[in-house]
Amino acid sequence: MTGGPARTADDAGPAGPVLEVSGLDVHYGPRHRRRPALRGVCLSVAPGETVGLIGETGSGKSTLARTVLGLVRASAGSVVVGGEDVTRHGPRQWRALRRRGVVQYVFQDPLRSLDPDLTVEDSLTEPLLLQGVPREEAAERARAFLPRVRLHEELLARLPGELSGGQRQRVAVARALVTGPRLVILDEPVSALDAATRVQILEILKELRASGTALVFISHDLGSVAGVSDRVAVLHQGELVETGTTHDVVNHPRHPYTRLLIGSAPTLYSAPADRAEREALRALLRT
Amino acid sequence: MTTVSEGLLPRRAPGAAPDAPAPPVLSLRDVRIGDRAGDREIVRGVSFELAPGRAVGIVGESGSGKTLTCRAALGILPAHFEVTGGSIEIDGTDIATLNPARWRALRGTTISAVFQDPASYLNPSIRVGAQIAEAVRAKKGLRRREAHRRAVELLRTVRLRDPELVHGSYPHELSGGMLQRVLIAAAIAAGPRILVADEATTALDVTVQAEILDMLAELRERTGLALVVVSHDPAVVARLCDEVLVLREGEVVEQGPTHAVLHDPRHEYTRLLIAEHEQYGLDRFRTTGEDT
Repeated sequence: MTGGPARTADDAGPAGPVLEVSGLDVHYGPRHRRRPALRGVCLSVAPGETVGLIGETGSGKSTLARTVLGLVRASAGSVVVGGEDVTRHGPRQWRALRRRGVVQYVFQDPLRSLDPDLTVEDSLTEPLLLQGVPREEAAERARAFLPRVRLHEELLARLPGELSGGQRQRVAVARALVTGPRLVILDEPVSALDAATRVQILEILKELRASGTALVFISHDLGSVAGVSDRVAVLHQGELVETGTTHDVVNHPRHPYTRLLIGSAPTLYSAPADRAEREALRALLRT
Repeated sequence: MTTVSEGLLPRRAPGAAPDAPAPPVLSLRDVRIGDRAGDREIVRGVSFELAPGRAVGIVGESGSGKTLTCRAALGILPAHFEVTGGSIEIDGTDIATLNPARWRALRGTTISAVFQDPASYLNPSIRVGAQIAEAVRAKKGLRRREAHRRAVELLRTVRLRDPELVHGSYPHELSGGMLQRVLIAAAIAAGPRILVADEATTALDVTVQAEILDMLAELRERTGLALVVVSHDPAVVARLCDEVLVLREGEVVEQGPTHAVLHDPRHEYTRLLIAEHEQYGLDRFRTTGEDT
């Protein structure tokens, strides 16, 4: 670890999962017209593990992220973060949890994860200061973290508005990881970026896997996630239809939706015969 | 690769002997497009021929001139651009000779197009069925009731699951994938021979994209529709096209059969595009064993 003592030992022991989602139901809409957004979702993330969560528009992937971060309330089931049941936590308890740096997040639009009025340096030191790290040490740790997201020290004095999209997202990633949290939720962190920048962020995330922080990497794009994740979970219409190692899910998908998803990804070497197979899977999923 | 079942193609006799290659429905010869203000040449020599039932792909980054090339072929170049050299023929007619009235007659019935953002091409306050029926009435001179029937039929052709329901919906009630299908339905309403799809699936989820690409492939096989597919993603072009042009800064750096260009690229720029795709595409995670 680059940045001094990374995590405190007061959370659950290292053996337990950092995230345990069990039988999670979430509903949206007024009481008389409630629509399910998530149904019976179970997901467990081990310390230091990177889990890719794949889902398309309306699959409920962002709802899951928001529920884990306490921004959406579960209607059934439970969410345990770092050994602490957070399902019924109110805003104050959530603030305390965030202050302890147990869980952090990165959104698709870095401007949502960054305060536009804070310089890069302030953005990076703020979460450390909230944890009670003395200012000088915080500045030192922020500076020491920069090379890991391939940012130059010159940028420390800049505001988010003065950075490129890729630089901003790297600052957001650094801010989420600088305290060495046990869990970081990344919701479509590369979707708004061009191809070259996307590859760079993915490389950075891959390197950060070794840091001991567990990452939940949410994306609609299996290709982006596959290179970074130990395991992937596939969300379809609010249900987790398949979970497995990246290799198994990509090469031996079992659920028809996963098979359709993988068969749909545009590849340079796809066979024309795949069309009939996709058609059969669509028919199967419709029933 | 391009076996087209006999008897399905084409609706209009190509006017040639059964076994002779059909004459191209669209041909571009050394097309050059310039900026009127700064006499800058933005597209520098694009040539290809497109026969009925065939598909040509144009790959390149934004700013490479792929959209301008399509717009030139559709006669809808933005105000300050013009074709400065070469020629474009649609169904044997040099478009330089067309007046606005003849362009109107040609668009929709011979050449048609769909673009990236379907919602911006629909009127938000009119039900989508009425908008397609309008296109049908204008181009085909059908009466109201026939136009309605034809619109529902078209919505079924683009594989919308509940065509009657979609017919009565407003654009905001439909998903992006459904809207793009509605736009394709409107684009093929008057039975064009050429459909230009410019980044038409770029904004869609991957399974929806595949469904639309499959639908276009089927349409092409069944009706002999010729396709011009424009995309930044070489894999999208690989799925649909027989021939591909790689465009960079207005110049064709490589052109040939899709299989040859994408699997054995000669130009370093083509290699770069493919490497970029492979760096985050799914191909690299697939093991070669064909067990399922």
